[in-house]
Amino acid sequence: MIEAITILVGFVIIASTAWLGPKSARIAAPLLLAGMLYIGGRAGWGQLTGVILAVGGGALAYFFAPLRVLRRVAFLVPSLVLLIYTTTLLMYRAPGNPFAGEKVADPQVEMALRAHYGVPKDATQFFFVYMHRLVVEGTLGPSIKVAGRSVEELIGPALPVSISIGLLALALACAIGLTLGVCAGLRPNSLADYGSMTLVLFGISLPNFVIGALFIIIFALKLGWLPVAGWGGYRHLIMPAFTLALPYAAYVARLARSGTLEVMQQDFIRTARAKGLPRNIIVLKHALKGSLLPVVSFLGPAAAGIMTGSFVVETLFGVPGIGQWFVKGAINRDYSVVLGTAIIYSGLITSFNLVVDLAYAWLDPRVRGTL
Amino acid sequence: MRNAPSNSHAVDVPAEAGRSLRQDALCRLKENRMALVGAALIVLILLACFAVPTLLHLDPVTTDPQNQKLPPSARYWFGTDNLGRDYFARVLVGGQTSLLVGFAATAASVFVGVFYGAVAGYYGGKVDDVMMRLVDFLYGIPYMFLVIIIMLMFSETARGEALPVFLALGLVQWLDMARVIRGQVLTLRRREFVLAARLLGASGPRIILTHILPNALGVILVYATLTVPAVIILESFLSFLGLGVTLSWGELVAEAVGVVNPIRSYWWLLLWPSLFLGLTLFSLNFLGDGLRDATDPRSRKL
Repeated sequence: MIEAITILVGFVIIASTAWLGPKSARIAAPLLLAGMLYIGGRAGWGQLTGVILAVGGGALAYFFAPLRVLRRVAFLVPSLVLLIYTTTLLMYRAPGNPFAGEKVADPQVEMALRAHYGVPKDATQFFFVYMHRLVVEGTLGPSIKVAGRSVEELIGPALPVSISIGLLALALACAIGLTLGVCAGLRPNSLADYGSMTLVLFGISLPNFVIGALFIIIFALKLGWLPVAGWGGYRHLIMPAFTLALPYAAYVARLARSGTLEVMQQDFIRTARAKGLPRNIIVLKHALKGSLLPVVSFLGPAAAGIMTGSFVVETLFGVPGIGQWFVKGAINRDYSVVLGTAIIYSGLITSFNLVVDLAYAWLDPRVRGTL
Repeated sequence: MRNAPSNSHAVDVPAEAGRSLRQDALCRLKENRMALVGAALIVLILLACFAVPTLLHLDPVTTDPQNQKLPPSARYWFGTDNLGRDYFARVLVGGQTSLLVGFAATAASVFVGVFYGAVAGYYGGKVDDVMMRLVDFLYGIPYMFLVIIIMLMFSETARGEALPVFLALGLVQWLDMARVIRGQVLTLRRREFVLAARLLGASGPRIILTHILPNALGVILVYATLTVPAVIILESFLSFLGLGVTLSWGELVAEAVGVVNPIRSYWWLLLWPSLFLGLTLFSLNFLGDGLRDATDPRSRKL
């Protein structure tokens, strides 16, 4: 009952950010941002860095950030808190708990363990313990299942792995997708069009673990060019990144194709052609920007999807990324690991969406006014 | 029904030349050969998965230690798996679960998303703001994350059954549907027939149910068709991670990937479920695209 009310109140706070006027947003958002930067900076590099980051970031946001960004930040902080609370509730509702193993038969031992790891029996109490830990101490807490390690120590080395695979996959998806899509869109119903759309078909109709398995069989087992799995040099990066990228490359190609088709029929292209510009300059300078628009707006969902896909791809290729920690944490009921990864994932997605929004406004002058 | 979607320029078209938008869309769909192939393939796959196992009395569970990992032969059309089970039966029966989860979760997500989106779009203003904030909030969470957490809420005994999986997937997939329907309703509510209904004193729920939703049916159908493959892929992801339904295409692929090794390739274990999964996704996507092109008049110029 109390839990339902708390969630409701949290949601009312989130919803009320819709009413934030320009002035209150300009004050509230930099404050919230400064708070987040302070906590993050202090946890990573000590007190002084935290203060510098907070003051600098807050001032930057106050003086330079457009209103839309400010609203987004004001929305982000309460949603993160609500996310932590709901995730806690859901985890506590799940049957079993981190101390349900056979070693802990004695209730007294369990009590001692709960006290040691800061995991009370009640979900709301755990939420307060966790928030206190997060805000006041600036840590993600100890892992319950991996003895003697904190969540930062587990996720810290995994984060660059996941991010490098994810970014490479995103870049590959854009590069492959745009090339195929623009080529197909410039000559509709040609051989190039049919060829690239057939490739796109494979990307869309095969789940990425099937593509990954095919890659392993062909490139690692038959040809022996690349390592089967694991993590080490750049050679371990290639197959996971391509596997993650292909479905999204397919979508990007389709979007780029229809975008190009639409742009090439516009009046400004006819003007450019009429004044005698060479074809490749028309394409590169005038058409590409227009055909990029639908692709850019797809990048937000694509990034979220690539993260989701990373759970599967990391499992398939045995890559030590944060997706694996999340899945392991969820199955083992390692509450602090689950919450830590949840915070990182949502933070990544939200900030990426913000960047995409800004890029969209920069590309499309019609949207720029609404910022 | 016929007069409702007809647009304002129906007035200047002579009566005998007039075709309803729906007939128009049907004609365009019939011209789209790939969409028709997709539809035919879907029917074939449905028949194969739901009719063939009962007709031929296929048995996907009995193990046979003598016949482990046999390649396809006259007796075992698709070969046998690592416990000597008939792979033909397993692939077809596994298809039943994958397809069922796909369609059931889509139905759940359509139901929730359509009503949520319609209410938000019809009432607009602050109601819309608040309702869409919730959608934005859920969008900020990676959906796989939600699905896994929801899956864990069900006890160990329920794991492997279809109900939790489709609940979890349906609860996550409604977001797109809600957004699309809201956009559609936002434009529909300004149309004359809605105004007329309101002037005649129809209540909000009545207008949504009898006037707006029938007009959004095309969009709903298109997105439902595109949601089914998305759900099937998600389900196979879950199965791959060991959290999904037992005996589905995703699980079969996961098992096949598990036995990949450089010395002996059990190619049939990977080939058949992947082929069926791929064909299903392929044809559903094509059918959905064809439906979208057929109902969206803008696509005519391309």
